[in-house]
Amino acid sequence: MSNLYANEPTGPLESRWEKHLFNLSLIAPQNRKKHKVIVVGTGLAGASLCATLGEAGYQVSSFCFQDSPRRAHSIAAQGGINATKNYQNDGDSVWRLFYDTIKGGDFRARESNVYRLAELSGNIIDQAVAQGVPFAREYSGYLANRSFGGTQVSRTFYARGQTGQQLLLGAYQAHSRQLENDNVTHQSRSEMLEIIMVDDKARGVVVRDLVTGEISAHTADCVILCTGGYSNAFYLSTNAKGCNTSATWRAYKQGAYFANPSFTQIHPTCVPPTGENQSKLTLMSESLRNDGRIWAPKNIEDCEKNPADIKEEDRDYFLERMYPAFANLVPRDVASRAVKHICDQGHGVGSKIHGQRLGVYLDFSAIIEKLGLDAVAEKYGNLFDMYSSITGEDPYQTPMKIYPAPHYTMGGLWVDYNLMTSVEGLFAGGEANFSDHGANRLGASALMQGLADGYFILPKTVANYLSRNPLAEVDDNHPQVVQSLKAVRDRIQQLMHAPQPKHSPEYFHQKLGKILWEACGMSREADRLNQAIGEIAELEAHFWQNIKVTGVDNDLNQTLERAGRVADFIELGKLMCQDALMREESCGAHARVEYLSEGGEAKRDDDDFSFVGAWEYKPEQPMLHKEQLNYEFIELTVRNYK
Amino acid sequence: MNFTLHIWRQKNSDISGEFVTYKIDNIDEDTSFLEMLDQLNEQLIAQDQDCIVFDYDCREGICGACSLVINGYPHGDKKATTTCQLYMRDYKHQTELWVEPWRAESFPVIKDLTVDRTSFDDIIQSGGYVSVHTGSAPEANALLVDKHSADEAFNSATCIGCGACVAVCPNASATLFVAAKITHLSLLPQGKIEEQDRARKMFQKMESEGFGSCSNHRYCERVCPKGITVSNITKMNQILGWT
Repeated sequence: MSNLYANEPTGPLESRWEKHLFNLSLIAPQNRKKHKVIVVGTGLAGASLCATLGEAGYQVSSFCFQDSPRRAHSIAAQGGINATKNYQNDGDSVWRLFYDTIKGGDFRARESNVYRLAELSGNIIDQAVAQGVPFAREYSGYLANRSFGGTQVSRTFYARGQTGQQLLLGAYQAHSRQLENDNVTHQSRSEMLEIIMVDDKARGVVVRDLVTGEISAHTADCVILCTGGYSNAFYLSTNAKGCNTSATWRAYKQGAYFANPSFTQIHPTCVPPTGENQSKLTLMSESLRNDGRIWAPKNIEDCEKNPADIKEEDRDYFLERMYPAFANLVPRDVASRAVKHICDQGHGVGSKIHGQRLGVYLDFSAIIEKLGLDAVAEKYGNLFDMYSSITGEDPYQTPMKIYPAPHYTMGGLWVDYNLMTSVEGLFAGGEANFSDHGANRLGASALMQGLADGYFILPKTVANYLSRNPLAEVDDNHPQVVQSLKAVRDRIQQLMHAPQPKHSPEYFHQKLGKILWEACGMSREADRLNQAIGEIAELEAHFWQNIKVTGVDNDLNQTLERAGRVADFIELGKLMCQDALMREESCGAHARVEYLSEGGEAKRDDDDFSFVGAWEYKPEQPMLHKEQLNYEFIELTVRNYK
Repeated sequence: MNFTLHIWRQKNSDISGEFVTYKIDNIDEDTSFLEMLDQLNEQLIAQDQDCIVFDYDCREGICGACSLVINGYPHGDKKATTTCQLYMRDYKHQTELWVEPWRAESFPVIKDLTVDRTSFDDIIQSGGYVSVHTGSAPEANALLVDKHSADEAFNSATCIGCGACVAVCPNASATLFVAAKITHLSLLPQGKIEEQDRARKMFQKMESEGFGSCSNHRYCERVCPKGITVSNITKMNQILGWT
């Protein structure tokens, strides 16, 4: 175990980034063309970074596994993006967004980074508007705002329920503009499978062309991973099917520390799974909890009944019962745990999956009676339509069914203040890094972070790295390049030709998901985590013995793609459990049942666990490094929603 | 529910393909269309066969990856829906399903049901943006946008780039896709300045990529999963000075 330092500037918080910017080295315009930079992943962080670096004059190569950069999963973000414009004159400020983010993250994020994020938030909105992002507007023509969970001000900018789509298309178009000007080259349907390390520095990537199966090496002066989060480790999540950890996991295996892997956010209001073959879960906006009442049958024998046939006195409005003050509006983690608890006790509703009903009712009948059908339709119509198209049920007549689902991962590659990982020349942006959200992310903050990293932070810190590290050219015959190519080819052959091919990648992925969901989901405890670590180790051995990939490796083979991703998820799953086991406290989304108050609140242990847990890969056991979190500017408090 | 599926199998763009018939039984009506294909693929793996390749990602109708023609309709015959948002209960009365890829010269088949839509990216690269430098944007409220224009711009900007408009068009024209981007940016003062140049470049690019011209069939707006209307095409024609 060792201590880890983030290379933060010192002094007053307000002037740290400005001071740091001045101290960062620059590269003169005529010299930028000499530097090659690789960006993997083209979501909000990656596309905005490519656009900015390309425009500055660097040679940029980008890669994504989707068929177009426009399809990155940032596109699915619904709610909005926070910024401290204070257009509503409601007392917002950089300090307030900074404080809300630190508190929302349950005091497990780095002050300097979060302050910088809040500071840059306003400029992101300016940039997006200038690109033609059609944000919602008032009749006066000014930009509109709405409020979002965990805050008392209206600072969220939005484009109906498709804010992520509009911001991503803005960044995609800016990226496209640089492609047209030949400042950036891009390859879609290309998956990064290895980082090339030369003299302990990241100098390139090995990529598989998903159409032809060709494996190729690409060298550069540095590599930036903007490859998203790992919620799909749980198999069922709200993430797109393709989202994976492979790029970040390859980086981890090459020496980049993985920070807080157990910090995963579970969203309480998702459409429940209906069968064992379900492939993903869909999120329903949290705003529904403003007017819907959550309940489950008091009597287990009622769980099969039509909800209309269950008498009022036989309904358990459990959030209202357990948390009288906040009732149905308790934070995401508290609500999610309560729903799981009710279902685990056998009071769930809906179809049975693996012998259990996973769902509770979200009932709008009271509000419909009070306000009338039209008023409710006006407010929630599009969400009700979405629900009804997925489930075939009419929420105006029958209560909705909801169940929590993994949604976002706060953990990721450890990065310093420059967003550089513990590997020299390897950077991480967006959800791929761990930087800003601590143990829990606030709504409308993911888009903000991805764009702050891509437009404003990484372009400066990458330039500084390039300027300070004169690097010799790495040619294609360099032994490290040859070795990395071989490692990737060998692994593909292993996946294609297991000793006793028996089960598909889905089979293993579902098994892993079930283990993680039970042991490392909404509530964790030492025994279960220890047991899960053993089960995952067995699953891993089973996988390499029995994975079955049909087809060939030199054409478009989605089974092979999935097999490689599942292999990485299995290893990551083990580390998630180890991290959850190590952290003997509850904080934010990490709830260890041994460390919860009677009311189900997280009990932090600031004396012993006020640190970032960053894991270094070792062939036998991963090694923990701690970055101590020192709160110089804000006072640590306890969340209470009773 | 039991289905007979006739699925287009094609090794690559150099070889011609054919329909192959599969049976799939005991499908729950709450299974999504793509999950039904997932289950078929699991069967194929069990039988040591190569899986059917099809594009998908978000599975909630926003990424634009999925792209199947089902019984003759791009994204199926349900209105304002992507393929990933279809459920097998929508096919209660059609037990025989014909599943094909998008068919257009500018969308060559890569394998089975997967096509190459790089031509759409190329069209955006030719001018589908506002030429603003990172960092040089003015204060966001410095330039007001009337609500109506902002809402209309959003309606055009909601295009997911799936290509259903091309797949359904007898001319395999990408006019609706091109017009939606031109209209989105022209309705906003930020994009207005470059509108002529942008429209000309994007339209020329569409033609050089091999897409056909619009001859007012209007099938495109009927299949568009985001409900983008042909009024976008009228707007584009105005900008190009064709009306």
